[in-house]
Amino acid sequence: MRDLIRRNLPFAAVAVVALVAAPLLLEPFRLGLLAKYLCYAIVALGIGLAWGKGGMLTLGQGVFFGLGGYAMAMYLKLTEAGPGGLPDFMVWSGVEELPALWAPFASPVLALGMAVLGPMALAVVLGTLVFRQRVRGAYFAILTQALAAALVILLVGQQGLTGGTNGMTNFFELFGRDLAEDSTQRGLYLVTAGVLGVLYLATRQLVNSRFGRLLVAVRDGEDRVRFLGYDPALVKTVTFAISAGMAGLAGALFVPVVGIISPALLGVVPSLELVVAVAVGGRHALAGAVLGAVVMGYAKTAFSEQFADGWLYLQGALFILVMTLAPKGIAGLLGRVRRARTA
Amino acid sequence: MRISRPIVPVALALALAACGSDAQPAAEAQEIKVGLLHSLSGTMAISEVTVRDAELLAIDEINRAGGVLGKKLVPVAEDGASDWPTFAEKATKLIRQDKVATVFGGWTSASRKAMLPVFERYKALLWYPVQYEGLESSPYIFYTGATTNQQIIPGLDYLKEQGKKKVFLVGSDYVFPRTANKIIKAYAAANGMEVLGEEYTPLGHTEYSTLVNKVVQARPDAVFNTLNGDSNVAFFKQLKSAGVTAETMPVLSVSVAEEEVTGIGVDNIAGHPVAWNYYQTTETPANEAFVKAYKAKYGATKVTSDPMEAGYNAVYLWAEAVKKAGTTEVEAVKKAAPGISLDRPEGKVTIDGENQHLYKTARIGIIQPDGLIKQVWDSGEPIKPDPYLKAYPWAAGLAAS
Repeated sequence: MRDLIRRNLPFAAVAVVALVAAPLLLEPFRLGLLAKYLCYAIVALGIGLAWGKGGMLTLGQGVFFGLGGYAMAMYLKLTEAGPGGLPDFMVWSGVEELPALWAPFASPVLALGMAVLGPMALAVVLGTLVFRQRVRGAYFAILTQALAAALVILLVGQQGLTGGTNGMTNFFELFGRDLAEDSTQRGLYLVTAGVLGVLYLATRQLVNSRFGRLLVAVRDGEDRVRFLGYDPALVKTVTFAISAGMAGLAGALFVPVVGIISPALLGVVPSLELVVAVAVGGRHALAGAVLGAVVMGYAKTAFSEQFADGWLYLQGALFILVMTLAPKGIAGLLGRVRRARTA
Repeated sequence: MRISRPIVPVALALALAACGSDAQPAAEAQEIKVGLLHSLSGTMAISEVTVRDAELLAIDEINRAGGVLGKKLVPVAEDGASDWPTFAEKATKLIRQDKVATVFGGWTSASRKAMLPVFERYKALLWYPVQYEGLESSPYIFYTGATTNQQIIPGLDYLKEQGKKKVFLVGSDYVFPRTANKIIKAYAAANGMEVLGEEYTPLGHTEYSTLVNKVVQARPDAVFNTLNGDSNVAFFKQLKSAGVTAETMPVLSVSVAEEEVTGIGVDNIAGHPVAWNYYQTTETPANEAFVKAYKAKYGATKVTSDPMEAGYNAVYLWAEAVKKAGTTEVEAVKKAAPGISLDRPEGKVTIDGENQHLYKTARIGIIQPDGLIKQVWDSGEPIKPDPYLKAYPWAAGLAAS
């Protein structure tokens, strides 16, 4: 019992800071930014699971994030247009009738369902095709990256259906609540933080379970696991699908929080940024992945506000610095400090 | 993973403390903060930095002349990073945290569309300095660049005057070219012109041999070019190597100004027409002063272009509206702005009260071997802005909403 409490004390402390202190201390604008970082942290948690624990370097997590985001954006645009109405960008693009693809997204349940299950289904299909063929390592990474690039081209090209390069923005309300209100944004922040917390605990549970040990075993010796009679492809597909579902859910939360979804948010560069964030935080620890996303998100905001002209160099320098001084990321560094203290 | 856990809350608390500590200092009574929000990094930086520089020049000049309402203007620059969601985030930051009196910013339509809900939500002002596709009129945006009836339609009128009956449309794949081409097709149908083809390439595309072949085989009298950025370099190079000259097949561009000509290479594009409201060579007393001041501040080799001039004007127009209102308060400034008329480098501009666009003179120019643009046609007087093309019967179906 005492062990259980001690084990969960850090998590509880973070939860208190995130759920109580942050909404009280931060101005609404900053709280909104923190909510955005937490959305990325949910994606990072999925990457931490797939890459850190499962060894699948996915460079296209933006694809799943984007599918979730677009599903949510379609729902928001349809509620705003009202029955029989057309979203604003369709009017500019010369679309006269609501495309059939859009119709199901008028229902919030279906839209949210699609935001999570759509990415998972895609991951299952992709995983089944790829892992069965024993495609892994760099080839898998390149494949996921190509997928991100392809999705961007598809979205930009189908302007009447997707809003093209602009993406979708100008959302007014979510479930009848005014998105411009600070109270709505605070609510969204709490929901995002709550979702992240629950997913973190669930993922930790999963990693500590038999399945989690099998996953790590697949990462470290796929062939051995296969000879022992397990099916590595299945383990990897399931894990990949879970991480995709997390990214999709994060995308769905991101849209009302930030107020826009566009191809620029889900292409190769943002997908890579997330992997970099996980590396900075420490991919071997789930908490490291989450921490990395928040730290890199905060660093991006802080650097770009302080040094509007050269902030990208600083961000790059931060990445290089962390990777050279602490190859296991911030989590690894902190762990070393702690071990040295207790030793 | 066990090892990292205790540190996480500490780090998070630190990050929170860092977030919380940047509460803004009380605004200096003798200063007015204004936001400048352009891409200083990414693909759009090359264009947008020049607009920001022109805006900084205007702020300098106004400050040297005593400021606005006796207060100095203090620019707060943020980087939109060529990324539309970042524009929305930084706009929020400028409004809510820096509490700027107004923001000058944006270039691409996508960045404007991303910022629009932010400005409407917080009832703040944005001055947008670039020609665009029209069909928009936000109560919280002032548009100091051309709308379609001040650039694209005059461009088409020019082609028609030149006896060009068959046109080919080439554009980058995003909202401005697509909307522009929709307007061009409606114009063509009403004016006895024929559109032989319509081709789009992704932003940043640089392989144009297939497209150039298509254009050459279609044998149009002229090409209407809405390509943006780097793509123009490859497009004009390959046109030239396919033997197309400005005499046989002029390519009218609406997104190529003095700044871009240098990048494309004068040899590849000299002789082709462009449509804008301002050129470095435009002959007005205000322009002589503008070009001189810009070169003095940023270097003798720098050129001035239409979007730069529109950004430069925006600062002056806003300052004039503030003087008239006697306050920087947004609603008062909005109320004071209509009818304000200034002699600017492009000539007289007047703020339209109905849609917050400007009356602007349309100009067609030909690119010269020295890289500058020589005006060959103008509309004679400033054209009333008409973003929804209400005055054009053939455009009735375009602005459905």
